[in-house]
Amino acid sequence: MALLQIAEPGQTPAPHTRRIAIGIDLGTTNSLVASVINGVPECLPDEAGEVILPSAVHVGEDGRITVGREAKARAASDPEHTFLSIKRLMGRGMDDVRRMQPRPPYRFVEGEDAVPRMETPRGPLSAVEVSAEILKALKARAETRLGDELTGAVITVPAYFDDAQRQATRDAARLAGLHVLRLLNEPTAAALAYGLDRRAEGLIAVYDLGGGTFDISILRLRKGVFEVLATGGDTQLGGDDFDQAIAVWLMERAGLDVAAGQWLEAGEARQLTRTACAIKEDLTGKDKTCAKLTLRGETVWQGCLTCEEFNTLVDPLIERTLAACERALRDANLTCADIQEVVMVGGATRTPRVRERVSAFFGREVLTDIDPDKVVALGAALQADVLAGNKPADEMLLLDVIPLSLGIETMGGLVEHIIPRNTTLPVARAQEFTTFKDGQTAMTLHVVQGERDTVEHCRSLARFTLRGIPPMVAGKARVRVTFQVDADGLLTVSAREKTSGVSAEVQVKPSYGLTEEEIERMLRDSFEHAADDIAARRLREARVEGRRSLEAINAAIATDGDLLTEIDHPIIDGARELLARAIEGEDPEAIVEAIGQLESAALPFVERRMNRAVRAALAGHSLGEIADQYNTQ
Amino acid sequence: MSITLTEKAANYVKEHLARRGKGIGLRVGVKSSGCSGLSYVLEYADEIHSEDIVFESHGVTVVTDPKGLLHLDGSELDLVREGLNVGLKFNNPNVKDSCGCGKSFTV
Repeated sequence: MALLQIAEPGQTPAPHTRRIAIGIDLGTTNSLVASVINGVPECLPDEAGEVILPSAVHVGEDGRITVGREAKARAASDPEHTFLSIKRLMGRGMDDVRRMQPRPPYRFVEGEDAVPRMETPRGPLSAVEVSAEILKALKARAETRLGDELTGAVITVPAYFDDAQRQATRDAARLAGLHVLRLLNEPTAAALAYGLDRRAEGLIAVYDLGGGTFDISILRLRKGVFEVLATGGDTQLGGDDFDQAIAVWLMERAGLDVAAGQWLEAGEARQLTRTACAIKEDLTGKDKTCAKLTLRGETVWQGCLTCEEFNTLVDPLIERTLAACERALRDANLTCADIQEVVMVGGATRTPRVRERVSAFFGREVLTDIDPDKVVALGAALQADVLAGNKPADEMLLLDVIPLSLGIETMGGLVEHIIPRNTTLPVARAQEFTTFKDGQTAMTLHVVQGERDTVEHCRSLARFTLRGIPPMVAGKARVRVTFQVDADGLLTVSAREKTSGVSAEVQVKPSYGLTEEEIERMLRDSFEHAADDIAARRLREARVEGRRSLEAINAAIATDGDLLTEIDHPIIDGARELLARAIEGEDPEAIVEAIGQLESAALPFVERRMNRAVRAALAGHSLGEIADQYNTQ
Repeated sequence: MSITLTEKAANYVKEHLARRGKGIGLRVGVKSSGCSGLSYVLEYADEIHSEDIVFESHGVTVVTDPKGLLHLDGSELDLVREGLNVGLKFNNPNVKDSCGCGKSFTV
């Protein structure tokens, strides 16, 4: 029996009102919205009966915004103001956009901040704003179809999305007026749609090759609960690349210079891609397809592509996905034989060659029963239904993991990892740090993400400063740094100095994104450079230690310089210089040795300081008083 | 004629009123809806209307209207803990039948 809660006057909720919640698959190429209707998840169609909404947004000369098919149709005639694959720009910075290949055909406004904005007749628009238009269209569709206001939505994101990209997705939803119940990893949603949660247990691989992104997730199901053991993938690989491969092949056949692809105007490039896409789709279930390519009203190529030729074109791309599968399995400490079920997601998995290669890789038949385009949205709808409170919350509890380790920069440009990769969410971890210098009153915290030991090889997420630390000797302050990642994978870092209680915190906001394949490269590098990292770490640690010794001796000389004798003064000076030179050098051993030399050189001086300190403490007290003091302690 | 609260329930209501910072008491009542015909109303009372009937139970002012009294007379509100949930529950002698969720009932 449900218990009653006291409501505000006039707001007692009516019983049995079903809270309407939707699941949204906000894809690179296509987006869908689904909801649980009478206990069954269904994709909601638009007025024309289409469930797939192309993730295309067009801004007309009059500033009118169109979304979907109509917008996509403008791509060839008005490429600059037709935004396709906008998801690739989510959470990205201008620097990343400049490096993108192929470069998006939009005119970017050089903005005052790192967020890239595209010029449109409506004024500059960011990727978040464009995405919000897609979400608005889906929201309107859901409201019309369901005839009621929405409680909230679950929006899926690639498992590889970092914090900035997740935050950008969340911002887009907020702009669209959607209450985000949760961001859900796409592969996890797919497993839910297949009802794999109803099994007792098992290990599941979700292979998601969408239009623009590839994700592989290794899930473990235990007592009806999913745990993501490992995620991997490639944020820049998808069915679009298959089209691209065919497009390049077409250009070669048509005698066009592939390397000088830039001579094609944006509209022509789209025409080429469209022909390539048509060829690919036509080849599904056929041995051979024939087509012609028309550019500037001229037929520049006419011919056929066989299935075999096509396979040769896409095999390198499929191999990249399989390499990622292998890495994910390794992360989870598993082999292919451990996987009991392989779920296929994304339109590109319709390609027979993909199914064939993935089946061969895992050594089993792959699951393809549910429409690979819809499966993610359907799973999201199921999860939304639970989160909206229509089902007991314990029915489905998902655990997600952090794709890349989170840490903080410490002295010498080293990274202290606070939350390791693949930790399940939500999570909070804390670690204590201290000040480096005497009287240090502020501390800058640099939050980074990545696997390497050195800051420059990790990705910077945020920087903030903790001020107001009371002046203390180095190492005395106790700064507790807490990393908190909520169930959506959003990160909050807070720092608190314990003796004074001063605190500061930062939420990771989208400022700039990862560069192409950066996450992958970062992961690969962390394995390849493990040995370098150890050496680099030793050197940096030695340098930090050396500088600390220099600081300490300088501080001691500043206060008790009168205790230096004519004999040890030059010896200490010599040792200081030697250490300073060693720190400049590259040899950690030399630094450690120089530290030792400085310590022994300073030993007599340090002893004299100790004696003075003891005398100062005892001066003016009788022996009895001191004895009392000891007794009371 | 009365509608009462158990002491636990009264303390719970007082605590919530204090946390809310305003309100003179608790309004109880019924409205027609739900799968079994009627459902309970449980709200903060900010004012007393002319037709209202007012009770006092363990220091909490309980307000209802004539229709509410008709269906709730003799009821006792108790504080119940079920698993992680804490909330109020009507022990209503007038109820003939109630639906599984307990939020709606027939008299």
